[in-house]
Amino acid sequence: MRKWRGGAFCLRHSEGGQMKSTSFIRDKYIRNLPTRFCDGCGNGIILNCFARAVDNLKFDLKNLVCVSGIGCSAWIPSPHFNSDTLHVTHGRAIAYATGIKVFQPHLNVVVFTGDGDGAGIGGNHLIHAARRNIDLAVILVNNFTYGMTGGQVSPTTPYSYISETTIRGNPEHPFDLFELMKAAGSQYVARTTTFHSARLIKTIEKAMSIKGFSFVEVVSQCPTYFGRRNRLGDAVQMIHLYEQKAKSGELFLGEFEREKRPELTEELEKLRKEGGE
Amino acid sequence: MVTVTIDEKYCKGCLLCVDACRPKVLKKSDIINEMGAYIPEVTPEKCTKCRLCELRCPDFAVLVEED
Amino acid sequence: MRFDMGNIACAQGALYAGCNFFAGYPITPASEVSQFMSEEMAQHGGYFLQMEDEIASLGACVGAVWAGAKAMTATSGPGFSLMTENLSYAIMTETPLVIAYLQRGGPSTGQATLPGQQDVYQARYGAHGDYEIIALCPWSVQEMYDMTVRAFNLSEIYRVPVILLSDAVVGHMREKYELTRLPLIARKRLTDRVNPFGGPLPRFGEGFNLQVTGSAHRDDGVRDYSPMIHSQTLRRLIDKILDHRDDICEVEAFDTHKDKIIVSYGASARPSYGACKELENTGFLRLKTLWPFPDELVCEHCSGKEVYVVEMNQGKIAREVERAIHKKVFPICVNGGAVPFVSDIVKVVR
Repeated sequence: MRKWRGGAFCLRHSEGGQMKSTSFIRDKYIRNLPTRFCDGCGNGIILNCFARAVDNLKFDLKNLVCVSGIGCSAWIPSPHFNSDTLHVTHGRAIAYATGIKVFQPHLNVVVFTGDGDGAGIGGNHLIHAARRNIDLAVILVNNFTYGMTGGQVSPTTPYSYISETTIRGNPEHPFDLFELMKAAGSQYVARTTTFHSARLIKTIEKAMSIKGFSFVEVVSQCPTYFGRRNRLGDAVQMIHLYEQKAKSGELFLGEFEREKRPELTEELEKLRKEGGE
Repeated sequence: MVTVTIDEKYCKGCLLCVDACRPKVLKKSDIINEMGAYIPEVTPEKCTKCRLCELRCPDFAVLVEED
Repeated sequence: MRFDMGNIACAQGALYAGCNFFAGYPITPASEVSQFMSEEMAQHGGYFLQMEDEIASLGACVGAVWAGAKAMTATSGPGFSLMTENLSYAIMTETPLVIAYLQRGGPSTGQATLPGQQDVYQARYGAHGDYEIIALCPWSVQEMYDMTVRAFNLSEIYRVPVILLSDAVVGHMREKYELTRLPLIARKRLTDRVNPFGGPLPRFGEGFNLQVTGSAHRDDGVRDYSPMIHSQTLRRLIDKILDHRDDICEVEAFDTHKDKIIVSYGASARPSYGACKELENTGFLRLKTLWPFPDELVCEHCSGKEVYVVEMNQGKIAREVERAIHKKVFPICVNGGAVPFVSDIVKVVR
């Protein structure tokens, strides 16, 4: 397990390699602009970083399928990313992605979900996919709220924080998704934020390259609801808040990789071969 | 030589790029685009081409072009 | 010639039809389909997954179909209730697949091991939204095989989920049947980029950059909430089935020139047929296709007669028959999980 120091954002010096221009990334990987996100939304940054990660990995877009459920984060790939995209029902993206990946194991399948879609209604599918160790990359955007429906409390909203359904403060406690996914058996678990954008690119690259279930939690800003209701400021103030919390250690950022376990599509291929004989 | 452009079609005036720019090439301004957002103004001479503005922009609206 | 239970015959039919993906969840009385497929899928070059619940099962099936599979799942009442949201998604995205629905006594946990026909409306209306769907009703082990093959064919032709609406009795009874070599509809692998909706079904991984969504959309997959576009989409979802009722709907008629007629389907149809043979002046109409409801065929055989409808629910299809023939019928409703007795039906009709 590795903990990351906060603040690293200079791509050229710490990570090596040139960053491509916006026009290159936009023309090749993005469609249906302008984005549907609010001004300053972290989802746009994540879309940006995802496109750059895919470019760095030199994946053939033909072999990339993005699956997402319902919520603001689900709009990262659909309609904005220029590959096959499947925009499904609330919380179930991982189930659909499992069907795609199992049937066509050569495809790279990435799931975009949010704290509500993934850890609320979709929580069961999330932990089972980790348990099965199916070769999916799940990018969970944690903005501590149900943004699309107006800012209701979510499974990651911190205790005592305000939301549309907890106007007097959240009486419940949030998941620690990093710990949860470790315990569920995920091959790779990482947490970073939209402030640490360069690290986010590398993390997505790693998650998509690992054979097995990988989970990336991206702490992101919702200035429109979570930020406004809890007086955390605008997008700029919120990402600096995440920067500070990461530096002080209050927000743990890091990655965890477990010893390699048999992966589901490989196991199913073995069964098919044995069965055919 | 570097050109830094703000694509007015897509900028929503969130100012993340202004915050990201160390040499202060991008600054808050009174320029309003069609969406009603205050878009940043550019003084490209000090640009170091670090492209952090491009990376932080959620809307692909900052274009840093090297000639 | 084989001798198996209905559930196994259904799975055999799926294998013959080219099913190469099965995702399911155990539920009485459908578990045998999953168990059989868990071994046979691998042997036939397919994939089997036991998912964590029925919601995930149907979701995985839809995902697999968009990756190019012919997919199927099997369930019963409580499981189908869970599937309805993703079923609505499959209908909206015009995804072909087959759901084997083995009805049992309800509501809720009900009688897990006894048959019922209480869910005939749920099969039609369970998913939210305006749409049409196809449901076939087998009454024998042979039909469990034949109708499963037909279900796959119909789902491919009309790009719609098809429900094999069976029940615990037909699923679990054992009879002789044959692995008949019925004609199959193949799915073409497209080479040119097409729209995801409104034409032949494309698949992921071909570089088409498909945009598939359950939101109201245009044919190219781009989200569009405008009333004009969505009403066009809805019309297509509905008309593609209703306009082809002649090809989709099937019934079996026997002695329908007589004054009285008994209408039934599925497990209830067997004692109904027996009753008709005993009664002197009664014909028999068996609905092989329950949805879309075969209005024209029912009218053709039932007009001007005394109509009895035998079913294991509170008279759901009786209401449909009344609607179709614009005349009251005599519903013979059998509750409690017992298949109707021939003697009881005869007593009522006489």
